[in-house]
Amino acid sequence: MRSSVGNPAAEKRGMNLTLRIWRQQGPTVKGKMVTYKITDISPDMSFLEMLDVLNEQLILQGDDPVAFDHDCREGICGMCGVMINGQAHGPQQTTTCQLHMRSFADGDTIDIEPWRATAFPIIKDLAVDRRAFDRIIQAGGYISVPTGTAPEAHATPVPKADSDAAFDAATCIGCGACVAACPNASSMLFTAAKVTHLGLLPQGQPERNDRVVNMVAQQDREGFGGCTNIGECSASCPKGISMETISRLNHDLLGALRAGARPKS
Amino acid sequence: MTVEHAQRRTPKVAKTNSVFKKAVMAISGIIMVLYLIAHVIGNLKAFSGAESFNSYSGWIRTVGNPALPGQTTLWVIRIVLLVAVVAHFWAAVSLWRQAKRARPQGYVTKKPTAQSYASRTMRWGGVIIGAFIIYHILDLTTGTVNAEGFDSTPYERLVASFQNPFVTIFYAISVILLGMHLRHGIWSATQTLGQSNRRREKTVSAFAVVFATALTIGFLLVPFSVLFGLID
Ligand code: HEM
Ligand code: SF4
Ligand code: FES
Repeated sequence: MRSSVGNPAAEKRGMNLTLRIWRQQGPTVKGKMVTYKITDISPDMSFLEMLDVLNEQLILQGDDPVAFDHDCREGICGMCGVMINGQAHGPQQTTTCQLHMRSFADGDTIDIEPWRATAFPIIKDLAVDRRAFDRIIQAGGYISVPTGTAPEAHATPVPKADSDAAFDAATCIGCGACVAACPNASSMLFTAAKVTHLGLLPQGQPERNDRVVNMVAQQDREGFGGCTNIGECSASCPKGISMETISRLNHDLLGALRAGARPKS
Repeated sequence: MTVEHAQRRTPKVAKTNSVFKKAVMAISGIIMVLYLIAHVIGNLKAFSGAESFNSYSGWIRTVGNPALPGQTTLWVIRIVLLVAVVAHFWAAVSLWRQAKRARPQGYVTKKPTAQSYASRTMRWGGVIIGAFIIYHILDLTTGTVNAEGFDSTPYERLVASFQNPFVTIFYAISVILLGMHLRHGIWSATQTLGQSNRRREKTVSAFAVVFATALTIGFLLVPFSVLFGLID
């Protein structure tokens, strides 16, 4: 590989950007968009590294750094979601930490906002409280199995197509982009991913009806909106969870209601 | 970071399950769609002349006689449709309000990634369609707002109404909105009733487009034929 270092023609100068970031001191105070200029950003930086550079600048100036969530920085923990130019996780279908500055052009203005949903209250700046998702999982996103020796794998055969679809659904990282992008602020894709993952596997069958009614009841209780099958969620999901999972949730829910399953209050 | 003081305006526990509401919407929508299929076929009888059109209107009032007395069939249809419209409207308003509560503060910048025009206009489009349905009944069924009044044949009311270009345009806009409503509605209902999957998605969408277009054209044929003097 030829290096561009020392080759003035190929050497790219860093990008200069204007950032407009939602600043909000705390959950109950009013927030507003604040404009920052940032210079000499490498196109190879990740979006979060770009924010790190901004924060270093702010700290040196004695300003309050921008609060944003992150953890793994490798696209698997789901912590880093922010709205970038009106799109959840920005212009690529990936997580914010896996988005690179080469997706932007020198001189761009970039708007950065937190997820907006009643069920995801703002903690500070870009950081929101996504524990509503934990409570949806607690309402039914599990299987009850006796612990002990691992069972013989061949004892419970699973058709390949089912295990593939279950695994696809299981890749949800709970980032909340689906809620953020949805015009109804609905958490349907998130819930449907878990209902699909467990509902397709033999281990998920005993609790299948209770799981779906309780998880849907919990998401309503948390204050998420209802799904109208618009598809923004799936198009914004870094893991590409499909709309098919929502149909599957609906199918299971209507079946469970017919079978007499009712949510725990 | 502690967030215990975070203001969590927990909305009232949804009394009815949001997915159940969507199912009410889908089923009432399908009932209305079935009626619309019969309705458009009836309308096209205007092309075979006043007599054929009026006799169809008479037929729907007397069908089932004498086993079913008077206008039983007609009233059964009317009541089923009324229940469907009310249920559909109730579910729509309730989900609309839930969505508003779910995001009281919107984004400064929001860019749609996948949504179609049809899916964005379901709510206000639905309201316009609802207003149109009321006007439509007052115009052609009761004759209350029709130039020919109530004391006329259905065919006379039809011609009187659509000779007015404004009426025809209002009708056309509403019917096109209805077509879009069904374009998204058919796909959405398939999802809501849990009948969609990755393999069927394309077929369902294609069917929705073809069906909605055919129905819209079917409904537009008669009024424009009146306007342009092909039917008088
Ligand atoms: C009274 C006026 C109406 C209003 C306010 C209304 C509103 C709505 C709304 C908000 C939706 C859900 C949107 C979505 O899923 O994205 C919907 C769905 C639907 N509507 Fe309507 N609508 C009306 C009239 C009609 C009529 C006259 C028909 C049929 C001829 C119809 C057929 C459907 C169907 C099939 C669906 C799909 C159900 C589903 O999403 O599961 N609607 N309507
Ligand atoms: S479904 Fe996709 S967008 Fe939603 S939480 Fe899971 S990974 Fe994120
Ligand atoms: S920081 Fe973990 S997914 Fe982005």
